[in-house]
Amino acid sequence: MDPIILQSTLWIGGIGLFSAVALAVADKYLSIPEDPRVGSVLALLPGINCGGCGYAGCADYARGIVLHGAEGNLCAPGGAACAHAIASFLGVAPVEVEKRTALVLCCGDDTETIRRSAYNGINECAAAQATAGGDKGCTYGCLGYGTCARICPVSAITVANGLARVDKSLCIACGKCIPACPRKIIKFVPAAATVHVLCCSKDKGPAVKKVCGTGCIACRMCTKVADGAINMDGFLAVVDYSKPLTSEKPIEVCPTHCIRKA
Amino acid sequence: MEYLLLIISAILVNNFVLSRFLGICPFLGVSKKISTALGMSGAVIFVIAIASAVTWCLQKYLLEPFGLEKFLQTLSFILVIAALVQLIDLVMKRFAPPLHAALGIFLPLITTNCAVLGVAVLNMKEGYGFIKSVLFGTSAAVGFAFALLIFTGLREKIERADPPRCFRGVAISLVTAGLLSLAFMGFSGLVK
Repeated sequence: MDPIILQSTLWIGGIGLFSAVALAVADKYLSIPEDPRVGSVLALLPGINCGGCGYAGCADYARGIVLHGAEGNLCAPGGAACAHAIASFLGVAPVEVEKRTALVLCCGDDTETIRRSAYNGINECAAAQATAGGDKGCTYGCLGYGTCARICPVSAITVANGLARVDKSLCIACGKCIPACPRKIIKFVPAAATVHVLCCSKDKGPAVKKVCGTGCIACRMCTKVADGAINMDGFLAVVDYSKPLTSEKPIEVCPTHCIRKA
Repeated sequence: MEYLLLIISAILVNNFVLSRFLGICPFLGVSKKISTALGMSGAVIFVIAIASAVTWCLQKYLLEPFGLEKFLQTLSFILVIAALVQLIDLVMKRFAPPLHAALGIFLPLITTNCAVLGVAVLNMKEGYGFIKSVLFGTSAAVGFAFALLIFTGLREKIERADPPRCFRGVAISLVTAGLLSLAFMGFSGLVK
């Protein structure tokens, strides 16, 4: 065999072997043993690293549960099944989890509302809001520049006609969109609830009417048919999700159609 | 003065990313957020500084005495840098957990960063001594960090802008990188 080939092979093999031995030795003496339960809990989590639990990712949350005693029910995408699996693995009583979904509490799209100025700045809700309080006539409603849609890790939010909407079947309730909205109109609601007041305007009826065809005008019709599940907060009807509301009466009686199924 | 010229040349005039076109992969890959770009920059500076010292020793004490530097340089450098990065990862995890938490995920990426190999090979080509090698390596890495941070800043702005549809995403990023490179050409002539 050509000596150069042999020599090269031996040298590279030698350097490789030396590095491998050095790494093996270093690994033996430097490695930190990790609690094996961390790996098991990690295997029970969905592994999508959405950060909805408040930890830096699924591995960090698994470490939090095992080493720092974090609650096992913080994983929204995993839901009840995941919480139960973790609880039974750790041998503690499972904590009930209610499935939630994010909801944009506004239904005034561009056909129903007016824009009081022509905004053509940065395509970002916070920027639009910072420019003289936003271009939408209603100072409470969705601006529709899609900050929430861009931050959503599962693309559950779409913006159509100047209004963001959450697709309930896709939402994993990670909660990233909630602080992203400069008008704070995205809220968590129970996924089982079907009747919602899609308006956040606390203005009086005539003021709402002026800027939006489908805002809450505080007529109180819905409160009379909702058995206490819809209450007035000033000039805005608010659904109390702790009370059962299955009747679709409020949807029928609302004159501006801001109570909708979602 | 000589050292100062070396530093300026490595950071601005012969910037690794923008005029030598090395390390483009992390330049485009981790330039979406300033925080990750900072982590990557820190890790690259750290690794290149150590790698240029180690490869210099390898060249001087192993390859040259046996007349192997002509044809085994690239291969053995890659091997040693890869092993070195793994070793740094282990040592950091054990002795500096906060540093590992900040730079850890970028270390495996750097194993295959051509800027690291580029520094090592250039050091040998130019025939730098030990101190000069490490200095050149560090300043080249600082130049890389500099370019990466500028580019990340630009990309964060572009992300919020509204370019024509066909330009969105990677296309406008590449155009930006090209313009940034052109801008850095303005430094040529500063140092011969």
